[in-house]
Amino acid sequence: MAVKSVFISGVGGQGTILAGKVITTALVNQGYDVKMSEVHGMAQRGGSVITQIRYGDRVYSPLIEKGRADVLLAFEKLEAVRYIDYLSPNSTLILNDLEMPPASVLTGKEAYPQDIVPRLKEEIKNIIVVNAVNIARECGEIRAQNMVLVGVLARVMDWSKNAFIEVIRQVVSPKYVQVNINAFERGWELNV
Amino acid sequence: MKKVFLTGNEAIARGAYEYGVTFASAYPGTPSTEILENIAKYSEIYAEWAPNEKVALEAAVGASMAGARAIVSMKHVGLNVAADPLFTLAYTGVNGGLVIVTADDPGMHSSQNEQDNRNFAPFAKIPMLEPSDSQEAKDLVGEALKISEMFETPVLFRTTTRISHSRSVVQIGERQPAEIKPYVKNQEKFAMIPGFARKRRLILKEKLQALEEYSEKFPYNRIEWGINQDIGIITSGISYQYVKEVFGDEVSVLKLTMTFPLPKKLIASFAEKVKEVYVVEELDPYLENQIKAMGIKVKGKEVIPEIGELSPEILRERLKREKVTVAFKPYTAVPSRPPVLCPGCPHRGIFYVLKKMKAVVTSDIGCYSLGVLPPLESIDSILCMGASISMGHGFKKAYEANGKDAPVITVIGDSTFLHSGITSLMDAVYNRSNTINIIVDNSITAMTGHQHHPGTGYNAKEEPAPAVSLEAICKALGVENVSVVDSYDLKAFEDAVKNAMNHKDGPSVIIARRACALLKGKGPKGLYAVNEEKCKKCKICLRLGCPAIQVSGDRVFINPLSCVGCAVCVQVCPFGSIEKVGDN
Repeated sequence: MAVKSVFISGVGGQGTILAGKVITTALVNQGYDVKMSEVHGMAQRGGSVITQIRYGDRVYSPLIEKGRADVLLAFEKLEAVRYIDYLSPNSTLILNDLEMPPASVLTGKEAYPQDIVPRLKEEIKNIIVVNAVNIARECGEIRAQNMVLVGVLARVMDWSKNAFIEVIRQVVSPKYVQVNINAFERGWELNV
Repeated sequence: MKKVFLTGNEAIARGAYEYGVTFASAYPGTPSTEILENIAKYSEIYAEWAPNEKVALEAAVGASMAGARAIVSMKHVGLNVAADPLFTLAYTGVNGGLVIVTADDPGMHSSQNEQDNRNFAPFAKIPMLEPSDSQEAKDLVGEALKISEMFETPVLFRTTTRISHSRSVVQIGERQPAEIKPYVKNQEKFAMIPGFARKRRLILKEKLQALEEYSEKFPYNRIEWGINQDIGIITSGISYQYVKEVFGDEVSVLKLTMTFPLPKKLIASFAEKVKEVYVVEELDPYLENQIKAMGIKVKGKEVIPEIGELSPEILRERLKREKVTVAFKPYTAVPSRPPVLCPGCPHRGIFYVLKKMKAVVTSDIGCYSLGVLPPLESIDSILCMGASISMGHGFKKAYEANGKDAPVITVIGDSTFLHSGITSLMDAVYNRSNTINIIVDNSITAMTGHQHHPGTGYNAKEEPAPAVSLEAICKALGVENVSVVDSYDLKAFEDAVKNAMNHKDGPSVIIARRACALLKGKGPKGLYAVNEEKCKKCKICLRLGCPAIQVSGDRVFINPLSCVGCAVCVQVCPFGSIEKVGDN
């Protein structure tokens, strides 16, 4: 199979690292060659964070090239527009409809752009806008927004649903397994 | 054979386990930290956090001298700290196998510089291996130990962020216990007085020649002939993956894994068989310069940048000369999102107070480095681990010597103070410096993800350990004015600073103590909200730069999902409009 690339962007603390772990574990379990790259340390302190995942028969680079990601999974709107150059005209943007103001906006020095969703909808043919926070809240745990988004991604990529549920059981702490599975399934069922 | 999905750092830890290492030491530093963290999980290996990289290396040298297989890991700048033992260690050599991991950070994701530590290998005269994925990271630990024992030399093991923090599939094996080698007293080998060192210098020269021969036959240095034998690319480490990604088997590749000493004959024969040779490497022209010195014509840095991280698209554009088409341009005029101090971070109030003091503030390496950013912007300088106290001392003395005066405040974390701040403070006491030195004690090595240090009361295996007392150290050094305040108590801290400003006979130390808000079970409790009837919208609270305090139009509010209840904002609001509304 030709190599596929998933680019995840978000804000430190949003659960992108756990999302990456669930996705890659499921892909490895299915026998793919997989590479994933993420950045730790200072960037994690509420900064912009990215995780890059590539899988296929044989993967060399853990980094995705600009214009070559199959999917950009953006956990936050600003973190989508920062990285849309990684998409090709045929790839898909999964956008969490969430606004997390950075420091400069919190202190009123800059404004959070209000036209992101309409602009992206106009520009990008394959765009899926998800309110993962609301869905996660309905599941009973707002922090499970990451699994909602993983659910949407798994459906878009045509991945095995059961493989993911099995992995969530493996990697999520027992207390939160069910809420994470529910969140994943809600994302999967969006059927977008 | 079992397959697992490991980061490079986890793979190195696995390698240490499989190849019989019994001693490991490290000081945390991105991107190296997880190596020791993962080694510490193996009950078969003694593992410790050392106060700094020099101590870590020296302890590992002792373990090797005793005959055990040892590994020591650090970030690139950590090797500067450990450089003193490193250079003479090349002379003495080792007994048990000794691997020194340096994890470099091209692009400075979480570092103050992007030095290329491959240069240390020829400088210190020790062999070096560079893995290009997690499988090699694991396997090469075994090769490094073998080389180390075969040639009685330490081996430098060089990774970069994209090796250390990338995951790939690894076939793991069983542990092969290595028997401890006998220790035989040998002063001419281990005791480097000049007379013995001169002899060891000659032995070192022979060793390097033998290592070069070994490098020629080292199977991980290999040629991968491509369809096209006109173009040959010499590369190593992560750059190899980028070359294969972009060119596949279109070109011929010489993958170097032992990058010191270089296999000169192999390189020459490869260069002879292709028409044009390119060297693809991240950062410095390390391979390029050595290959050029061999009289071989290669192209390198005129095509490949020497600053920042390399990437497949750079190779595609510059080397393959393919146009990289971007369908969608990123929005440039959008707010950036730099890292910030977390909600409830005990450092926040400290910098808020310091900003009002109008002092020169020299600071240090850690989460509190973020005090440099707006809106706190209280820090004048950040250089290296431990530099805050000594730089502040030098600044103050130079001002005094030239008839100038300014209050000088230094800020250092607990882990950084124990790493290399103690000798700086000793200097300030000994030379009667009137500086104010603040130890922001959040009782953990926070920035790298909560590692213990000699002051936390726990060791690398999470077992109880003796805790060093910061105040006792300061007093023992001769600091007369030592005070301890709660970092969340802004008035107490401000009073302590004012008191220290009046203390004119030697340095003062203020230990501002409060556990990192992210430490499980140690964070504050409570939920605060803005009482909108009392709020005068002066927005002074925004000067704290707390991510939980947000503004929407004219309205200021506290995001209940972010607030952890430190109540620092309550103390800065002049109208008492921030109130406790619940428990988090």
